[in-house]
Amino acid sequence: MSSEKISKGILLFASLIIIILTGGMVYALLSGSIPAFKEFGIGFIFSSEWNPTEGKEDYGALSFIAGTIFTSVFAILICIPLAFSTSLFIAEYYHGKAISSVVGTMVDLLAGIPSIVYGLWGFYVLRPLIVDLGLSSQGFGIFTAGLILAIMIIPYATSISAEIIAMVPNDLKEAAYSLGATRMEVIRYVIIPNAKSGISAGFILAFGRALGETMAVTMLIGNTNVIPEGLFATGNTMASVIANQFGEADGLKLSSLIAIGLLLFVITGLINAIGKMIIKRF
Amino acid sequence: MSAFKRHTTENEKRSLKNRVFGIAVIALSVITISPIVLIISKLIIKGYRQINLSFFTETAPDTLEAMTAVANDEVIPGGILNGITGTLFMVLLAVIIAVPIGILIGLFLYENAEKRYAAIVRDISDIVQGIPSIVLGLIAYIWIVKGVTSGYSALAGSVSLAIMMLPLIIRSTEETMKMIPLPIKEAAVALGVPYHKVILRVMIPTGLSGLMSGILLSVSRILGETAPLMLTALGSPIVNFYIDKPTSAVPLLIWEFYNDPNMVDLIWSSSLFLMGIVLAFNLISKYIAAKRK
Repeated sequence: MSSEKISKGILLFASLIIIILTGGMVYALLSGSIPAFKEFGIGFIFSSEWNPTEGKEDYGALSFIAGTIFTSVFAILICIPLAFSTSLFIAEYYHGKAISSVVGTMVDLLAGIPSIVYGLWGFYVLRPLIVDLGLSSQGFGIFTAGLILAIMIIPYATSISAEIIAMVPNDLKEAAYSLGATRMEVIRYVIIPNAKSGISAGFILAFGRALGETMAVTMLIGNTNVIPEGLFATGNTMASVIANQFGEADGLKLSSLIAIGLLLFVITGLINAIGKMIIKRF
Repeated sequence: MSAFKRHTTENEKRSLKNRVFGIAVIALSVITISPIVLIISKLIIKGYRQINLSFFTETAPDTLEAMTAVANDEVIPGGILNGITGTLFMVLLAVIIAVPIGILIGLFLYENAEKRYAAIVRDISDIVQGIPSIVLGLIAYIWIVKGVTSGYSALAGSVSLAIMMLPLIIRSTEETMKMIPLPIKEAAVALGVPYHKVILRVMIPTGLSGLMSGILLSVSRILGETAPLMLTALGSPIVNFYIDKPTSAVPLLIWEFYNDPNMVDLIWSSSLFLMGIVLAFNLISKYIAAKRK
Protein backbone atom coordinates (compact mmCIF):
# COMPACT_ATOMS: atom_id res chain seq x y z
CA MET A 1 0.00 0.00 0.00
CA SER A 2 1.32 3.44 -0.83
CA SER A 3 2.12 5.89 1.93
CA GLU A 4 -0.52 8.25 0.59
CA LYS A 5 -3.21 5.60 1.00
CA ILE A 6 -2.05 4.90 4.55
CA SER A 7 -2.15 8.61 5.47
CA LYS A 8 -5.62 9.02 3.99
CA GLY A 9 -6.70 5.87 5.78
CA ILE A 10 -5.53 7.30 9.11
CA LEU A 11 -7.52 10.50 8.53
CA LEU A 12 -10.61 8.51 7.56
CA PHE A 13 -10.20 6.33 10.66
CA ALA A 14 -9.97 9.46 12.85
CA SER A 15 -13.23 10.75 11.40
CA LEU A 16 -14.86 7.44 12.32
CA ILE A 17 -13.78 7.90 15.95
CA ILE A 18 -16.11 10.84 16.54
CA ILE A 19 -19.00 8.95 14.99
CA ILE A 20 -18.34 5.88 17.14
CA LEU A 21 -17.88 8.17 20.15
CA THR A 22 -21.24 9.86 19.59
CA GLY A 23 -22.93 6.52 19.05
CA GLY A 24 -21.36 5.28 22.28
CA MET A 25 -22.59 8.33 24.17
CA VAL A 26 -26.18 7.84 22.98
CA TYR A 27 -25.94 4.12 23.79
CA ALA A 28 -24.61 4.82 27.31
CA LEU A 29 -27.45 7.25 28.08
CA LEU A 30 -30.09 4.95 26.57
CA SER A 31 -28.93 1.83 28.39
CA GLY A 32 -28.51 3.76 31.64
CA SER A 33 -32.05 5.10 31.51
CA ILE A 34 -33.76 1.82 30.57
CA PRO A 35 -34.59 0.85 34.22
CA ALA A 36 -36.31 4.21 34.79
CA PHE A 37 -38.35 4.01 31.58
CA LYS A 38 -39.20 0.35 32.27
CA GLU A 39 -40.54 1.27 35.70
CA PHE A 40 -42.39 4.48 34.84
CA GLY A 41 -42.89 4.22 31.08
CA ILE A 42 -43.34 7.35 29.01
CA GLY A 43 -45.18 8.83 32.01
CA PHE A 44 -41.72 9.58 33.45
CA ILE A 45 -41.69 12.72 31.29
CA PHE A 46 -45.14 13.87 32.45
CA SER A 47 -44.90 13.12 36.15
CA SER A 48 -43.83 15.72 38.68
CA GLU A 49 -43.27 13.16 41.45
CA TRP A 50 -39.84 12.92 43.08
CA ASN A 51 -39.97 10.53 46.00
CA PRO A 52 -36.80 8.69 47.00
CA THR A 53 -38.34 6.93 50.04
CA GLU A 54 -37.40 3.27 49.80
CA GLY A 55 -40.29 1.05 48.76
CA LYS A 56 -42.30 4.04 47.57
CA GLU A 57 -39.78 5.28 45.03
CA ASP A 58 -41.42 7.35 42.34
CA TYR A 59 -39.60 9.64 39.93
CA GLY A 60 -40.67 11.97 37.15
CA ALA A 61 -38.96 14.65 35.11
CA LEU A 62 -41.74 17.20 34.66
CA SER A 63 -40.74 19.51 37.55
CA PHE A 64 -37.22 19.76 36.18
CA ILE A 65 -38.29 20.19 32.56
CA ALA A 66 -40.52 23.04 33.77
CA GLY A 67 -37.69 24.54 35.86
CA THR A 68 -35.31 24.35 32.91
CA ILE A 69 -37.75 26.02 30.53
CA PHE A 70 -38.77 28.74 33.03
CA THR A 71 -35.18 29.76 33.87
CA SER A 72 -33.99 29.60 30.26
CA VAL A 73 -36.94 31.54 28.84
CA PHE A 74 -36.56 34.20 31.52
CA ALA A 75 -32.82 34.35 30.82
CA ILE A 76 -33.29 34.75 27.07
CA LEU A 77 -35.89 37.53 27.58
CA ILE A 78 -33.34 39.48 29.67
CA CYS A 79 -30.57 38.59 27.23
CA ILE A 80 -32.30 39.80 24.04
CA PRO A 81 -32.30 43.60 24.61
CA LEU A 82 -28.82 43.56 26.18
CA ALA A 83 -27.15 41.36 23.58
CA PHE A 84 -28.89 43.11 20.68
CA SER A 85 -27.82 46.57 21.89
CA THR A 86 -24.28 45.40 22.49
CA SER A 87 -24.04 43.85 19.04
CA LEU A 88 -25.29 47.14 17.53
CA PHE A 89 -22.68 48.97 19.62
CA ILE A 90 -19.91 46.69 18.31
CA ALA A 91 -20.98 46.19 14.71
CA GLU A 92 -22.84 49.40 13.84
CA TYR A 93 -22.39 52.40 16.13
CA TYR A 94 -18.65 52.02 16.78
CA HIS A 95 -17.79 49.52 14.05
CA GLY A 96 -14.03 49.40 13.43
CA LYS A 97 -13.22 51.78 16.30
CA ALA A 98 -10.98 50.89 19.24
CA ILE A 99 -13.85 51.12 21.75
CA SER A 100 -15.72 48.46 19.79
CA SER A 101 -12.89 45.93 20.12
CA VAL A 102 -12.53 46.75 23.85
CA VAL A 103 -16.24 46.07 24.41
CA GLY A 104 -16.03 43.00 22.17
CA THR A 105 -13.13 41.57 24.21
CA MET A 106 -14.92 42.25 27.49
CA VAL A 107 -18.01 40.43 26.25
CA ASP A 108 -15.80 37.51 25.16
CA LEU A 109 -14.24 37.41 28.62
CA LEU A 110 -17.73 36.99 30.09
CA ALA A 111 -17.84 33.68 28.22
CA GLY A 112 -14.55 32.69 29.86
CA ILE A 113 -15.68 33.05 33.48
CA PRO A 114 -16.23 29.59 34.99
CA SER A 115 -19.82 28.72 35.84
CA ILE A 116 -18.96 28.15 39.51
CA VAL A 117 -17.57 31.72 39.78
CA TYR A 118 -20.83 33.06 38.37
CA GLY A 119 -22.59 30.98 41.00
CA LEU A 120 -20.49 32.44 43.83
CA TRP A 121 -21.02 35.97 42.59
CA GLY A 122 -24.74 35.36 42.27
CA PHE A 123 -24.87 33.87 45.76
CA TYR A 124 -22.85 36.53 47.56
CA VAL A 125 -23.70 39.67 45.55
CA LEU A 126 -26.91 39.25 43.59
CA ARG A 127 -28.89 37.17 46.10
CA PRO A 128 -28.46 39.60 49.07
CA LEU A 129 -29.49 42.42 46.73
CA ILE A 130 -32.69 40.58 45.82
CA VAL A 131 -33.39 39.96 49.52
CA ASP A 132 -32.78 43.66 50.31
CA LEU A 133 -35.16 44.73 47.57
CA GLY A 134 -37.79 42.55 49.22
CA LEU A 135 -38.36 40.53 46.06
CA SER A 136 -38.01 37.22 47.86
CA SER A 137 -37.20 36.20 51.42
CA GLN A 138 -34.22 33.92 50.72
CA GLY A 139 -33.18 35.27 47.35
CA PHE A 140 -33.13 31.83 45.70
CA GLY A 141 -35.30 30.92 42.75
CA ILE A 142 -36.09 31.20 39.06
CA PHE A 143 -35.48 34.97 39.03
CA THR A 144 -31.98 34.88 40.53
CA ALA A 145 -30.88 31.83 38.54
CA GLY A 146 -32.34 33.27 35.33
CA LEU A 147 -30.61 36.60 35.82
CA ILE A 148 -27.20 34.95 36.19
CA LEU A 149 -27.99 32.68 33.23
CA ALA A 150 -28.77 35.76 31.14
CA ILE A 151 -25.33 37.21 31.87
CA MET A 152 -23.73 33.87 31.02
CA ILE A 153 -25.38 33.50 27.60
CA ILE A 154 -25.04 37.14 26.49
CA PRO A 155 -21.59 36.58 24.93
CA TYR A 156 -22.85 33.77 22.66
CA ALA A 157 -25.80 35.78 21.36
CA THR A 158 -23.74 38.98 21.06
CA SER A 159 -20.86 37.56 19.06
CA ILE A 160 -23.15 35.88 16.51
CA SER A 161 -25.44 38.92 16.17
CA ALA A 162 -22.48 41.30 15.81
CA GLU A 163 -21.01 39.12 13.07
CA ILE A 164 -24.31 39.04 11.16
CA ILE A 165 -24.97 42.78 11.60
CA ALA A 166 -21.47 43.59 10.30
CA MET A 167 -22.28 41.54 7.18
CA VAL A 168 -25.22 43.75 6.13
CA PRO A 169 -24.05 45.36 2.85
CA ASN A 170 -22.92 48.96 3.20
CA ASP A 171 -24.61 50.16 -0.01
CA LEU A 172 -28.00 49.22 1.42
CA LYS A 173 -27.32 51.31 4.51
CA GLU A 174 -25.90 54.18 2.46
CA ALA A 175 -28.89 54.16 0.15
CA ALA A 176 -31.18 54.59 3.16
CA TYR A 177 -29.01 57.36 4.63
CA SER A 178 -29.01 59.23 1.31
CA LEU A 179 -32.82 59.20 1.39
CA GLY A 180 -32.55 61.04 4.72
CA ALA A 181 -33.09 58.12 7.07
CA THR A 182 -31.85 58.48 10.64
CA ARG A 183 -29.59 55.81 12.13
CA MET A 184 -32.45 54.29 14.06
CA GLU A 185 -34.49 54.07 10.86
CA VAL A 186 -31.57 52.40 9.08
CA ILE A 187 -31.38 49.86 11.89
CA ARG A 188 -35.11 49.30 11.81
CA TYR A 189 -35.72 49.17 8.07
CA VAL A 190 -32.38 47.92 6.68
CA ILE A 191 -30.30 46.10 9.29
CA ILE A 192 -33.01 44.20 11.14
CA PRO A 193 -34.81 42.90 8.02
CA ASN A 194 -31.48 41.77 6.56
CA ALA A 195 -30.02 40.26 9.71
CA LYS A 196 -33.23 39.00 11.32
CA SER A 197 -32.80 35.26 10.83
CA GLY A 198 -29.09 35.29 11.73
CA ILE A 199 -29.76 37.22 14.92
CA SER A 200 -32.57 34.87 15.89
CA ALA A 201 -30.25 31.90 15.27
CA GLY A 202 -27.80 33.50 17.71
CA PHE A 203 -30.52 33.72 20.35
CA ILE A 204 -31.60 30.13 19.70
CA LEU A 205 -28.02 28.92 20.24
CA ALA A 206 -27.74 31.03 23.40
CA PHE A 207 -31.01 29.48 24.59
CA GLY A 208 -29.47 26.05 24.01
CA ARG A 209 -26.55 27.04 26.23
CA ALA A 210 -28.90 28.19 28.98
CA LEU A 211 -30.75 24.85 29.02
CA GLY A 212 -27.64 22.91 30.03
CA GLU A 213 -25.90 25.29 32.44
CA THR A 214 -25.35 23.57 35.73
CA MET A 215 -23.25 25.01 38.53
CA ALA A 216 -24.44 28.62 38.71
CA VAL A 217 -28.07 27.49 38.49
CA THR A 218 -27.54 24.78 41.13
CA MET A 219 -26.22 27.40 43.54
CA LEU A 220 -29.09 29.85 43.00
CA ILE A 221 -32.31 28.07 42.11
CA GLY A 222 -33.10 26.77 45.61
CA ASN A 223 -33.15 23.06 44.75
CA THR A 224 -36.74 22.08 45.46
CA ASN A 225 -38.17 19.21 43.44
CA VAL A 226 -41.46 20.85 42.48
CA ILE A 227 -42.83 22.75 39.50
CA PRO A 228 -41.95 26.41 40.21
CA GLU A 229 -45.10 28.45 40.77
CA GLY A 230 -43.82 31.92 39.97
CA LEU A 231 -40.88 34.07 39.06
CA PHE A 232 -39.55 34.10 42.62
CA ALA A 233 -40.39 30.49 43.44
CA THR A 234 -37.65 27.92 43.95
CA GLY A 235 -37.25 24.86 41.78
CA ASN A 236 -34.67 22.69 40.06
CA THR A 237 -33.55 22.38 36.45
CA MET A 238 -32.69 19.13 34.68
CA ALA A 239 -28.99 19.94 34.96
CA SER A 240 -29.13 21.10 38.58
CA VAL A 241 -31.07 18.06 39.80
CA ILE A 242 -28.41 15.78 38.31
CA ALA A 243 -25.65 17.77 40.04
CA ASN A 244 -27.57 17.84 43.31
CA GLN A 245 -28.85 14.31 43.64
CA PHE A 246 -26.09 12.37 41.91
CA GLY A 247 -23.88 11.98 44.97
CA GLU A 248 -26.18 9.68 46.92
CA ALA A 249 -27.86 8.05 43.94
CA ASP A 250 -27.97 4.44 42.91
CA GLY A 251 -30.45 1.96 41.43
CA LEU A 252 -33.70 3.46 40.20
CA LYS A 253 -32.78 6.99 41.28
CA LEU A 254 -29.49 6.90 39.35
CA SER A 255 -31.30 5.56 36.31
CA SER A 256 -33.88 8.35 36.59
CA LEU A 257 -31.11 10.95 36.71
CA ILE A 258 -29.49 9.40 33.62
CA ALA A 259 -32.92 9.47 31.92
CA ILE A 260 -33.14 13.20 32.73
CA GLY A 261 -29.64 13.54 31.21
CA LEU A 262 -30.88 11.77 28.08
CA LEU A 263 -33.86 14.13 27.80
CA LEU A 264 -31.55 17.12 28.27
CA PHE A 265 -29.24 15.73 25.57
CA VAL A 266 -32.18 15.40 23.14
CA ILE A 267 -33.67 18.83 23.90
CA THR A 268 -30.35 20.74 23.61
CA GLY A 269 -29.52 18.74 20.47
CA LEU A 270 -32.80 19.77 18.81
CA ILE A 271 -32.45 23.44 19.78
CA ASN A 272 -28.86 23.55 18.53
CA ALA A 273 -29.76 21.81 15.28
CA ILE A 274 -32.46 24.42 14.59
CA GLY A 275 -30.05 27.28 15.32
CA LYS A 276 -27.29 25.79 13.15
CA MET A 277 -29.71 25.17 10.29
CA ILE A 278 -30.75 28.84 10.24
CA ILE A 279 -27.13 30.03 10.46
CA LYS A 280 -25.99 27.78 7.61
CA ARG A 281 -28.13 29.74 5.17
CA PHE A 282 -25.76 32.71 5.51
CA MET B 1 -46.63 77.73 6.52
CA SER B 2 -48.48 75.19 8.62
CA ALA B 3 -47.40 72.36 6.30
CA PHE B 4 -43.78 73.45 6.68
CA LYS B 5 -44.15 73.62 10.45
CA ARG B 6 -45.68 70.16 10.59
CA HIS B 7 -42.76 68.92 8.55
CA THR B 8 -40.12 70.32 10.91
CA THR B 9 -41.80 69.00 14.05
CA GLU B 10 -42.05 65.61 12.37
CA ASN B 11 -38.31 65.74 11.63
CA GLU B 12 -37.53 66.87 15.15
CA LYS B 13 -39.50 63.92 16.47
CA ARG B 14 -37.53 61.55 14.25
CA SER B 15 -34.20 62.96 15.30
CA LEU B 16 -35.22 62.90 18.98
CA LYS B 17 -36.25 59.24 18.63
CA ASN B 18 -32.93 58.52 16.95
CA ARG B 19 -31.00 60.14 19.80
CA VAL B 20 -32.97 58.34 22.52
CA PHE B 21 -32.39 55.04 20.74
CA GLY B 22 -28.64 55.72 20.47
CA ILE B 23 -28.42 56.52 24.17
CA ALA B 24 -30.37 53.36 25.02
CA VAL B 25 -27.96 51.25 22.93
CA ILE B 26 -24.96 52.70 24.77
CA ALA B 27 -26.61 52.37 28.19
CA LEU B 28 -27.59 48.74 27.61
CA SER B 29 -24.08 47.96 26.32
CA VAL B 30 -22.59 49.40 29.50
CA ILE B 31 -24.96 47.19 31.54
CA THR B 32 -23.85 44.18 29.47
CA ILE B 33 -20.15 44.61 30.17
CA SER B 34 -20.47 45.75 33.78
CA PRO B 35 -20.66 42.21 35.28
CA ILE B 36 -17.13 41.38 34.10
CA VAL B 37 -15.76 44.42 35.96
CA LEU B 38 -17.90 43.76 39.04
CA ILE B 39 -16.99 40.07 39.22
CA ILE B 40 -13.24 40.56 38.74
CA SER B 41 -13.04 43.40 41.27
CA LYS B 42 -15.07 41.43 43.83
CA LEU B 43 -12.71 38.46 43.49
CA ILE B 44 -9.60 40.63 43.81
CA ILE B 45 -10.87 42.58 46.83
CA LYS B 46 -12.03 39.49 48.71
CA GLY B 47 -9.39 37.04 47.55
CA TYR B 48 -5.95 38.59 47.35
CA ARG B 49 -5.17 38.40 51.08
CA GLN B 50 -5.44 34.61 51.18
CA ILE B 51 -2.96 34.14 48.34
CA ASN B 52 0.50 33.43 49.78
CA LEU B 53 3.20 30.80 49.35
CA SER B 54 1.41 28.07 51.32
CA PHE B 55 -1.60 28.62 49.07
CA PHE B 56 0.42 26.92 46.32
CA THR B 57 2.46 24.44 48.38
CA GLU B 58 -0.01 22.91 50.85
CA THR B 59 -3.09 20.79 50.40
CA ALA B 60 -6.55 21.94 51.45
CA PRO B 61 -7.19 21.95 55.21
CA ASP B 62 -9.78 19.65 56.73
CA THR B 63 -12.85 21.23 58.21
CA LEU B 64 -11.59 20.87 61.82
CA GLU B 65 -8.35 22.77 61.13
CA ALA B 66 -10.31 25.48 59.40
CA MET B 67 -12.81 25.68 62.26
CA THR B 68 -10.06 26.09 64.87
CA ALA B 69 -8.40 28.80 62.82
CA VAL B 70 -11.67 30.66 62.32
CA ALA B 71 -12.48 30.34 66.05
CA ASN B 72 -9.06 31.78 67.00
CA ASP B 73 -9.43 34.49 64.39
CA GLU B 74 -6.38 33.24 62.47
CA VAL B 75 -5.83 32.86 58.75
CA ILE B 76 -7.09 29.46 57.60
CA PRO B 77 -4.01 27.24 57.11
CA GLY B 78 -3.20 25.21 54.01
CA GLY B 79 -3.66 25.87 50.33
CA ILE B 80 -5.06 24.29 47.22
CA LEU B 81 -2.08 22.21 46.06
CA ASN B 82 -4.21 19.08 45.64
CA GLY B 83 -6.55 21.06 43.44
CA ILE B 84 -3.81 22.64 41.34
CA THR B 85 -2.05 19.33 40.70
CA GLY B 86 -5.38 17.61 40.01
CA THR B 87 -6.42 20.25 37.49
CA LEU B 88 -2.99 20.12 35.79
CA PHE B 89 -3.05 16.33 35.68
CA MET B 90 -6.55 15.97 34.30
CA VAL B 91 -6.28 18.83 31.81
CA LEU B 92 -2.96 17.44 30.54
CA LEU B 93 -4.53 13.99 30.10
CA ALA B 94 -7.50 15.55 28.30
CA VAL B 95 -5.13 17.42 25.97
CA ILE B 96 -3.20 14.19 25.24
CA ILE B 97 -6.47 12.41 24.39
CA ALA B 98 -8.25 15.17 22.47
CA VAL B 99 -5.57 17.10 20.57
CA PRO B 100 -4.19 14.34 18.28
CA ILE B 101 -7.66 12.99 17.42
CA GLY B 102 -9.05 16.49 17.00
CA ILE B 103 -6.26 17.59 14.66
CA LEU B 104 -6.60 14.43 12.55
CA ILE B 105 -10.37 14.91 12.22
CA GLY B 106 -9.84 18.61 11.41
CA LEU B 107 -7.34 17.63 8.68
CA PHE B 108 -9.79 15.06 7.36
CA LEU B 109 -12.53 17.71 7.09
CA TYR B 110 -10.13 20.10 5.33
CA GLU B 111 -8.96 17.46 2.85
CA ASN B 112 -12.47 16.25 2.08
CA ALA B 113 -14.29 19.55 2.48
CA GLU B 114 -16.72 18.99 -0.39
CA LYS B 115 -17.77 15.44 0.41
CA ARG B 116 -21.16 14.62 1.87
CA TYR B 117 -19.61 12.38 4.50
CA ALA B 118 -17.45 15.28 5.72
CA ALA B 119 -20.56 17.41 6.15
CA ILE B 120 -22.04 14.67 8.34
CA VAL B 121 -18.86 14.50 10.44
CA ARG B 122 -18.98 18.29 10.81
CA ASP B 123 -22.62 18.17 11.95
CA ILE B 124 -21.81 15.47 14.49
CA SER B 125 -18.95 17.55 15.83
CA ASP B 126 -21.39 20.47 16.21
CA ILE B 127 -23.80 18.21 18.09
CA VAL B 128 -21.05 17.10 20.47
CA GLN B 129 -20.14 20.74 21.08
CA GLY B 130 -23.71 21.46 22.13
CA ILE B 131 -23.94 18.65 24.71
CA PRO B 132 -24.19 20.17 28.22
CA SER B 133 -21.10 19.41 30.28
CA ILE B 134 -23.10 17.72 33.03
CA VAL B 135 -24.37 15.18 30.49
CA LEU B 136 -20.76 14.50 29.44
CA GLY B 137 -20.09 13.87 33.13
CA LEU B 138 -22.89 11.27 33.20
CA ILE B 139 -21.50 9.60 30.09
CA ALA B 140 -17.94 9.44 31.45
CA TYR B 141 -19.41 8.08 34.68
CA ILE B 142 -21.15 5.25 32.83
CA TRP B 143 -18.17 4.52 30.57
CA ILE B 144 -15.18 4.92 32.86
CA VAL B 145 -16.26 5.04 36.53
CA LYS B 146 -18.60 2.06 36.09
CA GLY B 147 -16.85 0.33 33.20
CA VAL B 148 -13.09 0.80 33.49
CA THR B 149 -11.73 2.09 36.79
CA SER B 150 -14.58 0.72 38.95
CA GLY B 151 -14.58 3.88 41.01
CA TYR B 152 -14.27 7.64 40.66
CA SER B 153 -11.03 8.46 38.84
CA ALA B 154 -8.87 11.09 37.19
CA LEU B 155 -9.24 9.18 33.91
CA ALA B 156 -13.03 9.56 34.01
CA GLY B 157 -12.64 13.30 34.64
CA SER B 158 -10.18 13.62 31.77
CA VAL B 159 -12.44 11.76 29.37
CA SER B 160 -15.35 14.11 30.07
CA LEU B 161 -13.03 17.12 29.58
CA ALA B 162 -11.52 15.60 26.41
CA ILE B 163 -14.97 15.19 24.82
CA MET B 164 -15.63 18.87 25.60
CA MET B 165 -12.37 19.88 23.91
CA LEU B 166 -12.66 17.69 20.84
CA PRO B 167 -15.13 19.73 18.74
CA LEU B 168 -13.25 22.95 19.51
CA ILE B 169 -9.95 21.42 18.30
CA ILE B 170 -11.63 20.00 15.18
CA ARG B 171 -13.14 23.38 14.32
CA SER B 172 -9.96 25.38 14.92
CA THR B 173 -7.80 22.90 12.94
CA GLU B 174 -10.11 23.05 9.93
CA GLU B 175 -10.34 26.85 10.07
CA THR B 176 -6.55 27.17 10.39
CA MET B 177 -5.88 24.87 7.44
CA LYS B 178 -8.38 26.78 5.30
CA MET B 179 -6.42 29.99 5.96
CA ILE B 180 -3.12 28.57 4.65
CA PRO B 181 -2.60 29.81 1.07
CA LEU B 182 -3.13 26.94 -1.38
CA PRO B 183 0.15 27.55 -3.35
CA ILE B 184 2.19 26.57 -0.26
CA LYS B 185 0.59 23.13 -0.26
CA GLU B 186 0.65 22.85 -4.06
CA ALA B 187 4.35 23.67 -4.17
CA ALA B 188 5.12 20.78 -1.83
CA VAL B 189 2.89 18.38 -3.75
CA ALA B 190 4.49 19.47 -7.06
CA LEU B 191 7.94 18.66 -5.66
CA GLY B 192 6.75 15.11 -5.16
CA VAL B 193 6.69 15.28 -1.36
CA PRO B 194 4.74 12.31 0.04
CA TYR B 195 1.27 13.08 1.38
CA HIS B 196 2.04 12.49 5.07
CA LYS B 197 5.10 14.75 4.82
CA VAL B 198 3.03 17.50 3.20
CA ILE B 199 0.84 17.38 6.30
CA LEU B 200 3.59 16.94 8.92
CA ARG B 201 6.28 19.18 7.39
CA VAL B 202 4.25 21.84 5.55
CA MET B 203 0.65 22.15 6.70
CA ILE B 204 1.09 21.71 10.46
CA PRO B 205 4.21 23.92 10.83
CA THR B 206 2.60 26.67 8.71
CA GLY B 207 -0.56 26.54 10.77
CA LEU B 208 1.16 25.98 14.10
CA SER B 209 0.18 29.28 15.70
CA GLY B 210 -3.44 28.78 14.66
CA LEU B 211 -3.45 25.28 16.12
CA MET B 212 -1.83 26.55 19.34
CA SER B 213 -4.40 29.30 19.67
CA GLY B 214 -7.20 26.76 19.26
CA ILE B 215 -5.70 24.42 21.85
CA LEU B 216 -5.20 27.22 24.40
CA LEU B 217 -8.76 28.45 23.89
CA SER B 218 -10.18 24.96 24.39
CA VAL B 219 -8.04 24.49 27.52
CA SER B 220 -9.41 27.77 28.90
CA ARG B 221 -12.91 26.38 28.33
CA ILE B 222 -12.32 23.19 30.35
CA LEU B 223 -10.15 24.60 33.18
CA GLY B 224 -13.12 25.96 35.10
CA GLU B 225 -15.47 23.02 34.50
CA THR B 226 -16.97 21.76 37.73
CA ALA B 227 -20.13 19.80 36.98
CA PRO B 228 -18.63 16.91 34.95
CA LEU B 229 -15.81 16.46 37.49
CA MET B 230 -18.30 16.13 40.37
CA LEU B 231 -19.66 13.02 38.62
CA THR B 232 -16.29 11.57 37.61
CA ALA B 233 -13.17 12.69 39.52
CA LEU B 234 -15.11 13.35 42.75
CA GLY B 235 -12.26 15.08 44.64
CA SER B 236 -9.48 14.02 46.97
CA PRO B 237 -7.83 15.54 50.05
CA ILE B 238 -4.37 14.46 48.88
CA VAL B 239 -2.21 15.07 45.81
CA ASN B 240 -2.94 12.26 43.37
CA PHE B 241 -1.24 11.30 40.11
CA TYR B 242 -2.82 7.86 39.57
CA ILE B 243 -5.26 7.84 36.69
CA ASP B 244 -7.51 5.28 38.40
CA LYS B 245 -7.89 7.16 41.71
CA PRO B 246 -10.23 10.01 42.72
CA THR B 247 -8.59 13.37 42.12
CA SER B 248 -9.27 16.90 43.20
CA ALA B 249 -9.34 19.99 40.97
CA VAL B 250 -9.45 23.71 41.69
CA PRO B 251 -13.15 24.08 40.76
CA LEU B 252 -14.00 21.00 42.85
CA LEU B 253 -12.24 22.57 45.84
CA ILE B 254 -14.20 25.79 45.38
CA TRP B 255 -17.38 23.69 45.46
CA GLU B 256 -16.22 21.95 48.67
CA PHE B 257 -15.27 25.25 50.33
CA TYR B 258 -18.61 26.74 49.33
CA ASN B 259 -20.49 23.90 51.01
CA ASP B 260 -18.42 23.98 54.23
CA PRO B 261 -19.21 26.97 56.48
CA ASN B 262 -15.77 26.69 58.13
CA MET B 263 -13.84 27.01 54.89
CA VAL B 264 -16.00 29.51 53.10
CA ASP B 265 -13.26 32.17 53.35
CA LEU B 266 -11.12 30.15 50.95
CA ILE B 267 -13.54 30.39 48.03
CA TRP B 268 -12.44 33.88 47.03
CA SER B 269 -8.71 33.21 46.73
CA SER B 270 -9.33 29.92 44.89
CA SER B 271 -11.80 31.58 42.52
CA LEU B 272 -9.41 34.48 41.91
CA PHE B 273 -6.66 32.00 41.08
CA LEU B 274 -8.88 29.91 38.79
CA MET B 275 -10.27 32.92 36.99
CA GLY B 276 -6.78 34.43 36.55
CA ILE B 277 -5.56 31.26 34.84
CA VAL B 278 -8.66 30.89 32.67
CA LEU B 279 -8.52 34.50 31.50
CA ALA B 280 -4.75 34.27 30.92
CA PHE B 281 -5.21 31.26 28.61
CA ASN B 282 -8.10 33.03 26.92
CA LEU B 283 -6.14 36.24 26.29
CA ILE B 284 -2.93 34.47 25.17
CA SER B 285 -4.99 32.49 22.69
CA LYS B 286 -6.60 35.70 21.37
CA TYR B 287 -3.19 37.38 21.18
CA ILE B 288 -1.70 34.53 19.10
CA ALA B 289 -4.76 34.50 16.84
CA ALA B 290 -4.60 38.29 16.34
CA LYS B 291 -0.88 38.20 15.54
CA ARG B 292 -1.52 35.61 12.83
CA LYS B 293 -3.86 37.90 10.93
